[in-house]
Amino acid sequence: MRIEMNVNGRPMAAEAEGRTLLVHFLRDTLGLTGTHWGCDTTNCGVCVVWLDGKPVKSCTVLAAMADGHEVRTVEGLEGESGLDPVQEGFMRMHGLQCGFCTPGMMMTARWLLDQNPDPSETEIREAISGQICRCTGYENIVRAVRWAAEHPQGADESEGVNA
Amino acid sequence: MTTVEEGKAHVGFGRMLRKEDARFLRGKGNYVDDIRLPGMLHGAILRSPHAHARIRSIDTSAAEAHPKVKAVVTGATLETLNLAWIPSLSHDVVAVLATDKVRFQGQEVAFVVAEDRYSARDALELIDVDYEVLPPVVDAKRALDPDAPVIRDDIEGKKDNYIFDWEAGDKAVCDDVFAKADVVVSQEMLYPRVHPAPMETCGAVAWMDPIDQKLTIWSTTQAPHAHRTLYALVAGLPEHKLRVISPDIGGGFGNKVGIYPGYVLAIVGSILTKAPVKWMEDRSENLMSTSFARDYHMRGEIAATREGKILGVRVDVLADHGAFNNTAQPTKYPAGFFHVFTGSYDLAAAHCHVRGVYTNKAPGGVAYACSFRVTEAVYLVERMVDRLAQELGVDPAELRMKNLLRPDQFPHVTPTGWEYDSGEYPRALQLAMDIAGYDELRREQAEKRARGELMGIGISFFTETVGAGPKRHMDILGLGMADGCEVRVHPTGKAVVRLSVQTQGQGHETTFAQIVSEVTGIPAEDVEVVHGDTDNTPFGLGTYGSRSTPVSGAAAAVASRRIVDKARIIAAAMLECAPEDLEWDRGSFHVKGDPGTSKTIQEVALAAHGPMDLPDGVEGHLDATCVYDPPNLTYPFGAYICVVDVDPGTGKVAVRRFIAVDDCGPRINPMIVEGQVHGGLADGVGMALMEAIAFDEDGNNLGASFMDYLIPTSLECPSWETGETVTPSPHHPLGLKGVGESATVGSPPAVVNAVIDALAPFGVKHADMPLTPAQVWRAMHGNPMRTDLAIQ
Repeated sequence: MRIEMNVNGRPMAAEAEGRTLLVHFLRDTLGLTGTHWGCDTTNCGVCVVWLDGKPVKSCTVLAAMADGHEVRTVEGLEGESGLDPVQEGFMRMHGLQCGFCTPGMMMTARWLLDQNPDPSETEIREAISGQICRCTGYENIVRAVRWAAEHPQGADESEGVNA
Repeated sequence: MTTVEEGKAHVGFGRMLRKEDARFLRGKGNYVDDIRLPGMLHGAILRSPHAHARIRSIDTSAAEAHPKVKAVVTGATLETLNLAWIPSLSHDVVAVLATDKVRFQGQEVAFVVAEDRYSARDALELIDVDYEVLPPVVDAKRALDPDAPVIRDDIEGKKDNYIFDWEAGDKAVCDDVFAKADVVVSQEMLYPRVHPAPMETCGAVAWMDPIDQKLTIWSTTQAPHAHRTLYALVAGLPEHKLRVISPDIGGGFGNKVGIYPGYVLAIVGSILTKAPVKWMEDRSENLMSTSFARDYHMRGEIAATREGKILGVRVDVLADHGAFNNTAQPTKYPAGFFHVFTGSYDLAAAHCHVRGVYTNKAPGGVAYACSFRVTEAVYLVERMVDRLAQELGVDPAELRMKNLLRPDQFPHVTPTGWEYDSGEYPRALQLAMDIAGYDELRREQAEKRARGELMGIGISFFTETVGAGPKRHMDILGLGMADGCEVRVHPTGKAVVRLSVQTQGQGHETTFAQIVSEVTGIPAEDVEVVHGDTDNTPFGLGTYGSRSTPVSGAAAAVASRRIVDKARIIAAAMLECAPEDLEWDRGSFHVKGDPGTSKTIQEVALAAHGPMDLPDGVEGHLDATCVYDPPNLTYPFGAYICVVDVDPGTGKVAVRRFIAVDDCGPRINPMIVEGQVHGGLADGVGMALMEAIAFDEDGNNLGASFMDYLIPTSLECPSWETGETVTPSPHHPLGLKGVGESATVGSPPAVVNAVIDALAPFGVKHADMPLTPAQVWRAMHGNPMRTDLAIQ
């Protein structure tokens, strides 16, 4: 069947079987490999993307269910003015190691900050609790999201990169 | 917006943001499953539903008739290629596809290559395997029973499930010490089977180019060079026509050290179809069939004087190795480094006996950040010290402080033969106690106990054993564990460093640039790190056992020093003085007493490539190599304190605080070291409280998905509190010790000791991990369960 969706602000269309999962459609059909696939049971969250503005686990959504809808992936985080503050926060606070869970974590973090620009540590931990990171022990992910909350416009010029 | 590229130059060690992040943050990593080649096909593996069964027949005709299927491979196909069985690293063989029997649930039975992922899976459903189900061996403690079914009847004359017996330490001396001791405490304990479960599962893309007969394998490997050589040895493929590429790897933790049947099958699939073949396992396949870790049934004993001076430790281990002895570890000992179980203490004697057995479970045994069984060793001794404290009625911190090795006892040879390089143990423990506010915590605990609340404080002091390693202790099928490194300074003073090790998140692209920078003064931003491709890097054994920094890091440091040594000679020629008349200010040479007369390393690099006549015996260019053969292992250490609250109504454990003081020598990049520690602490909390793979009586794997195999989330992990002391290694060129697995090794006993401490009012002395609410509840009621079998 033909599936059309708006991905990261651009209309995209392709043929796919009706049973195709959204994560596979994005990765294998559209070539957007920033979204990952980590479990078969909707537990790990490395596949989180936005569907009509809300984070979903794309391993549990059929591509056909996204037909005619808007999808946002990690490839759509960076804007014309540069990295999203969430991306910059992950870099500055060492919120990633192997990078595999990172796209899903950042998509959830961006959504959280859009809903709640000043989340507490507890609120951040709750927001990402449906996703697994095996490398960081979560501490630096929490710090990364807090950094982004405190820098809604990103770093200013006076902040050194490696300070 | 500021970017890394616009930052100021960063020279040497210190906090530096990671170079590799730029691609990961944008979704531009390049993991194995991201690779797409023209005409690429997809493979899928049919796995056994049974733990133990004889294969009567396999009918693949319906699968072969599927319009999108390009090849179906069975054990019979592989037998014609002499690839049905491959050697393990532990003097055994492993089935690639089962030919005679299946020996664990999830074992590989057939392989389908099809045009797409989904069709390959569809075709698996069309394969008809006729099994004769056999009784399985599930309980390791029954594996040696006379009437136990024989699992490995493929081995000629095999009549039992015995693999090996192995001992270390002087038994007679140890028995004598125990006979004379005032106090002897013993404890049975299980370190359950756990799984590394990196977020990226294992997989490979194989492409045998039919024109130049070159085989390229992109695979999730922590050891690309070792894999290349093993493929050459096993399959008889010419090594110069083999290229192993380990692109971005989504976590390893030891899971990606070994060669799995799927990798071999992708290669076979490519040879048969003359197309690139991708195989990527799903999560259940990962949990059911790839390397597990631990599964040690241990009986520990500790001997001491009445005053609390620890005299000796001995331990008897029943090691469950699963259906094949396939521990992917390079030591010469079947139990790896387990005999470092004497821990951080000054002991008169120690002895261990380890017996390995086959069971109908997946093979493996060494994985999940374990430093080759140091994890089990540290758990054993740290639980035994707490048991002793319990019997003597003394504070566990005080007992440890009294028995820790003193700084003046280093280098220290342990009763089982390890030579610890350096350590200041009491300082680390004191710092952890200071950060924790130990005395105040004990006061709080006493108050809470009086109110019926269950609060526990657990301590662990660990000595890690990393940097494999010296040839007297280890090799991989005859390959010594030296690692190569090449540093090349370009004419404009920028550099490239090529490594034999490979990163799975540890940040090598940053830290190895910092090592070169630390020595040469070239800014780390100007040093490109190349790794993970056997055609473009020097030979070496890869990244596991926390060996990158102690071995490959040493190679990079020595190669960098050779650069500086050569640069000194060239700089002297440029400045028309003798090399010994120059002072080195990391990054430039100046004439002694004349700081104004100088040459930078960049100026020297240009001159080394230029028309100048170089001194006699000095070749042009500014390159250096090193093959580093470590003289000893390194011994990082640390003191951990865990504070837990246990809900008396449900048995649920909450980790309230976790204090980790780590000493890994100087820190290349403190930000990255802290991140490594955080991740290991989460692993430790997971193993102590949640993670275990148990089996039911039929050998069904009860931890075969993330719904069943629980991994800590952000809600189970506290905000980690870290501290550091710095005790350099005397034999590493930069004093570095490595840190990758320290926290995974050190943290589980701290958590367990804390929970058992919390349960003291119930008289609980021990309960096996994972300390789930059910297990804690049962312990409170005097009936802790075995955690390797289905709930009894």
